[in-house]
Amino acid sequence: MTTNIDELKSVASQVRRDIVRMVHGCQSGHPGGSLGCTDFLVGLYFATMKHDPKFNMDGIGEDLFFLSNGHISPVFYSVLGHAGYFGKAELATFRKLNTRLQGHPTTHEHLPGVRIASGSLGQGLSVAIGAALAKKLNGDDSLVFTLHGDGELQEGQIWEAAMFAPHNKVDNLIATVDVNGQQIDGPTDKILGLLDLAAKWTAFGWDVLTMNGNDMTEVVSTLAEAKSRTGKGKSIVILMHTGMGYGVDFMMGSHKWHGVAPNDEQLAAALAQLEETLGDY
Amino acid sequence: MKKYTYTDKKDTRSGFGAGLLEAGKRNDQVVALCADLIGSLKMQDFIKEFPERFFQIGIAEANMMGIAAGLTIGGKVPFTGTFANFSTGRVYDQIRQSIAYSDKNVKICASHAGLTLGEDGATHQILEDIGLMKMLPGMTVINPCDYNQTKAATIAIAEYEGPVYLRFGRPVVPIFTDADQKFEIGKAWMVNEGKDVSIFATGHLVWEAIQAGEQLAEMGIDAEIINIHTIKPLDAKAILESVAKTGCVVTAEEHNRLGGLGDSVAQVLATNTPAPQEYVAVNDSFGESGTPEQLMEKYGLDAKHIVEAALRVIKRKG
Repeated sequence: MTTNIDELKSVASQVRRDIVRMVHGCQSGHPGGSLGCTDFLVGLYFATMKHDPKFNMDGIGEDLFFLSNGHISPVFYSVLGHAGYFGKAELATFRKLNTRLQGHPTTHEHLPGVRIASGSLGQGLSVAIGAALAKKLNGDDSLVFTLHGDGELQEGQIWEAAMFAPHNKVDNLIATVDVNGQQIDGPTDKILGLLDLAAKWTAFGWDVLTMNGNDMTEVVSTLAEAKSRTGKGKSIVILMHTGMGYGVDFMMGSHKWHGVAPNDEQLAAALAQLEETLGDY
Repeated sequence: MKKYTYTDKKDTRSGFGAGLLEAGKRNDQVVALCADLIGSLKMQDFIKEFPERFFQIGIAEANMMGIAAGLTIGGKVPFTGTFANFSTGRVYDQIRQSIAYSDKNVKICASHAGLTLGEDGATHQILEDIGLMKMLPGMTVINPCDYNQTKAATIAIAEYEGPVYLRFGRPVVPIFTDADQKFEIGKAWMVNEGKDVSIFATGHLVWEAIQAGEQLAEMGIDAEIINIHTIKPLDAKAILESVAKTGCVVTAEEHNRLGGLGDSVAQVLATNTPAPQEYVAVNDSFGESGTPEQLMEKYGLDAKHIVEAALRVIKRKG
C-alpha cells in the first residue's frame, strides 16, 4: 500500500505498457477502456483496498473488487500481476490457447484474484451486492468495490441492482462507473443516451461522487472519501470521467480503439509515450 | 407389481418449503432469496425462523441470480425461489455466466414447473427448463416426484457443493415415498422390478407410471418402473441394467419431448445398447390454460398414455 502519487503513476505507466503489449501480442482485446481505467485500478489496488495476493475466494476480512465490464481484462490482469497475485510473465499468455488469462475474466481457470466471470455485461453489480450482503452476515466490516462501463448501464439488470442496494442499505459497497462516453458503435450519446447519470443514481437512492479518473491524486482522494462514507446506510457510486485510450495519444477519445489491437508500428508509437518503469514482462 | 398406496396428498413445493427450513436448521450458512413469490414457494417457515438469512429481491430475477452468486463468496449457500419459467429462461445468461461458468454453489429452486401450473397458461408453464439447465456444464438437474422426495432432495442439495437446478410443482399429488428417505443425487430409485418394459419417469409422472404399471400388470405385462429424479448426472448404469432385462423403454416427463429426460435416456441407449423407445412428453408445443388434470390428459401425460406407449414399444421389440 502506498499513497505516494509518483509511485502510483509509475505503476500506472507500466500497466499501460503491459496493456498495449498484451493486446498487440494476441492481436485482439480491448485497449481503449483498459487504458482509461488504469489509474483507477492502480489507485484501488495499491492505495485503497485491503487485500491479500495469497488469494482466497471467500476473501473474509478483505476488500473485494468485481470487474463488471470484463472486456477491459488487460488492465485487470496487469494490475493483479503487479499486485502479486501471479507472476507477471503470465501476462504474455493473454487470450492464447490454454491460458488462465481468458479474453474475459473467469474463475474457471483458477486465476488468483478473479472471483466471478464477467463479459456478458450488466451482471457485476448484482454479484457485488451479494458479496456485500455475505460480509454483513459474517460480521465482516471490509468493503466491496465494482467497476462498470457507462455503455454497460444500458443493461436492465444494472437498474434492478441499483434499486435493490439502497433499499436494503447495502452501505459497504462502492460502485464506480467509467464515464468515457464511448461504446463499440460510437458515442453513448448517439447510441443510447445516458442523460444525467448523477440525477439517475441519486434518484435511485445512491450517494453519488464524481471524479476525474485520469488524475491519480483525485482518484486516490475520491476513493478515500468514498470509503469514509461507507457504513452510513447508503450505497455509494463514483461517476468517474475518463478518456478512452488515455495515455496513448492516437487512441484517446475515440470509440475506434474500444476493441482493436495495434499493429507493430502503432505498438512502437504507443510504447514511446509510456515510460517503462518496472520492467516489461 | 409392487403395491403403492398413499394416505395423504401435498404439493411438491411444500416439500421444498419444509426441506429448506430443515436445511437452514442444519447449516447456518444456508440463505434464501425470493423474487416476490414467498407464498407460492412456501418459504414462510424459513423466513419466520431465519429472518436475517432471507432476502426479498422484488420482481427482479436477473438481480436475484447475481446476488445469489455473490453470496457464495463469503461461504453462504443460497437458495433462490421463483417459478420455473422465471428461474431459467428469463435468467439464462445470468445463470450461465455468474453461476455455472463461475462455479458458484447456488441452488436454483423452481416451482410451478410444467403444465400442472394450470390456469395461468403458457406464459408461465415452462416445458423447456430441464433442457436449458442440463446443457450447462457442471449443473445438476433434479426433478423429484412427491412431497417427501422433494423435501429430502432439498436437504441433500444443501449438503452438495455445486450449482443445482431443483424443479418442482404446484398441484397437490399423492405422497408415496418414505418420509425418512435419504436422497442420493444421481442415484435412480427402483420403484418396481419387471422384465417386459422399462418405464423411466420423473417428477409428477412417476405416480402416473405406477398407475400405468398396475394397468399393464392386469394385461399380463410386467413393467419395470424407475424414478429418474436426477436427470443430470444421469444414472446410466441403472438405465442400461434395466434395458438389458426388458429390451424396450418408455420415458415419461412433464416437459417438451425435445431436450428433456427422454433425450438424455435416448443418448445413453444410442451410445451403449440401442433399444426401442417411446416418449411420453409434450410434443414440441406450448401449453395453455386449464386445470392440471385437463392439461395432463390433453397433452398425453397420464397413466393412460404411458400404457399406450408401453404397448407400442413392446411391439417394436425384435
